[in-house]
Amino acid sequence: MAVLVVAEHDNAVLQEATLNAVTAALEIDSNVSVLVAGKGCAAVRDEAAKISGVSRVLVCEQDKYEHQLAEPLAGLIVSLADDYSHIIAAATSQGKNVLPRVAALLDVAPISDITDVVSADTFVRPIYAGNAIATVQSEDAIKVITIRPTTFEAAPADGGSAQTDVLTAPDDSSDYSRFVGEELTQSDRPELTSARIVVSGGRGMGSSENFQIVEALADKLNAAVGASRAAVDAGYVPNDYQVGQTGKVVAPDLYVAVGISGAIQHLAGMKDSKVIVAINKDEEAPIFQVADYGIVADLFDVVPKLTESL
Amino acid sequence: MKILVPIKRVVDYNVKVRVKSDQSGVETANVKMSMNPFDEIAVEEAIRLQEAGTAEEIIVVSIGVSQCQETIRTALAMGADRGILVETDQQVQPLAVAKILKHLVEKESPQLVIAGKQAIDDDNNQTGQMLAALLGWSQGTFASRLQLADGRLKLTREVDGGLETVSLSMPSVVTTDLRLNEPRFVKLPNIMKAKKKPLEVIPMDSLGLDTASRVKILKVEDPPHRAAGIKVASVEELIDKLKNEAKVI
Ligand SMILES: Cc1cc2nc3c(=O)[nH]c(=O)nc-3n(C[C@H](O)[C@H](O)[C@H](O)COP(=O)(O)OP(=O)(O)OC[C@H]3O[C@@H](n4cnc5c(N)ncnc54)[C@H](O)[C@@H]3O)c2cc1C
Repeated sequence: MAVLVVAEHDNAVLQEATLNAVTAALEIDSNVSVLVAGKGCAAVRDEAAKISGVSRVLVCEQDKYEHQLAEPLAGLIVSLADDYSHIIAAATSQGKNVLPRVAALLDVAPISDITDVVSADTFVRPIYAGNAIATVQSEDAIKVITIRPTTFEAAPADGGSAQTDVLTAPDDSSDYSRFVGEELTQSDRPELTSARIVVSGGRGMGSSENFQIVEALADKLNAAVGASRAAVDAGYVPNDYQVGQTGKVVAPDLYVAVGISGAIQHLAGMKDSKVIVAINKDEEAPIFQVADYGIVADLFDVVPKLTESL
Repeated sequence: MKILVPIKRVVDYNVKVRVKSDQSGVETANVKMSMNPFDEIAVEEAIRLQEAGTAEEIIVVSIGVSQCQETIRTALAMGADRGILVETDQQVQPLAVAKILKHLVEKESPQLVIAGKQAIDDDNNQTGQMLAALLGWSQGTFASRLQLADGRLKLTREVDGGLETVSLSMPSVVTTDLRLNEPRFVKLPNIMKAKKKPLEVIPMDSLGLDTASRVKILKVEDPPHRAAGIKVASVEELIDKLKNEAKVI
């Protein structure tokens, strides 16, 4: 057996989720390779080689991999598949985009968003917004898997000294996707999915100006800022703030839900947090059923007070 | 241009599902079923392209039990032109769904497939990407904006860092995210009209495709229960609890 982990990066830095994917890979087999495909990504290659437990780093630098577009990247991964029993990526927007394409090209059924490795062919994954937990067994020769980063510890970023191999890219002159541009949310706050504390606001915030109340609290706590779907749909915050079944999954030490009712779709993204605080003026709000500490009060009253008192 | 939209009948998003006591799955008998919300967004987008004069025909496809005809009728009432049900009582996993859809795409020759990014029952988020792979087409996942121009598709995608814009070759498979549009409500007269629209039923077995499951479901269990905690009366009490009891700040 051998496991290939597809690294996620922007050519400059390795995304932390890759470290979680390495841990999942090591639970399957000790022979773990990491693929770094990109352009001008030497720094990422070096980072990957230092991850504890990684045996080999495969590097492939080409213009067509610069933006991690699914079609060329899937072609590259498929060209390597013969040497591996498992192909793994984090269940990020990137992993979710690319790995099913890889699986279909290999004629195997991918397994999405696993939260546990039972054995080399058996995995645990949540279904129905986490309201049921399925244990599934793959009958395919190659297992193509995305892992939920919050449920696997990050592998130590230091301590490894993997061998590095440079790959020749497979011939591929296709022109399926072209990168046009991106609008990335700029923030000095910790990254939402790996932050130790997350403060999220919902529809109760009422406007994007009012959302500053949540941001001020987050800054006091050195926390990341999240949101419910309703807050994103209303345009209070960008789409990448959405926590939930169809947004990001977080599991911080402390999650503070402000003006969020606690719909199952939202709970799916945060109920594995260690401690949950809910601030809501409706004492019947379902969020209180999962909150360790709840305050039934007007958020416009309580949140500024909280920020001030900390 | 023809557009094909695959739609799935799922347990309604408002229902809190219950796991069966024999751990074989979740209880779906006597539970409200609806069109997967992301698929509604897909149908809506196709209709908007038709209203803008870009699309001539919208074909919706569902794969599953006979009751999926209701889901197809809903899409027809929204404005799709005709429906195809690939009928089976078997559980069909995403890879098999992608193979069936590939077969229908080859038969119907649409230029564009718009699918939901994930079904809210199995939460797989796979089918669109796999269909694109099997067809050898471009893929544009998690779309929040879609524009056709100069024979290519300009697509804004919701990604973890924010938004990304790509230009895709046609034909293409697109999957929808929540912000692409807000699906219309179905009006009563349209429900009547939808009853007269063509709906073809094809038995899945007649297609002669490999639809066997590759992933065995060993068991389905309840998630760990999270007990409700306490209500605190003041900000001071909350801070005290977080510092001294939970020790998280
Ligand atoms: C396909 C699909 C996918 C979805 N995916 C997600 C997802 O990933 N993430 C997600 O979050 N949702 C998701 N949803 C939406 C989800 O069903 C809910 O609609 C949403 O989570 C509600 O957001 P909310 O709690 O902010 O708003 P609401 O449910 O409207 O709740 C607002 C809360 O704020 C409280 N409030 C209002 N004013 C104040 C005040 N002044 N002080 C204190 N409290 C106040 C109210 O009492 C209420 O409880 C999805 C839905 C669908 C159909």
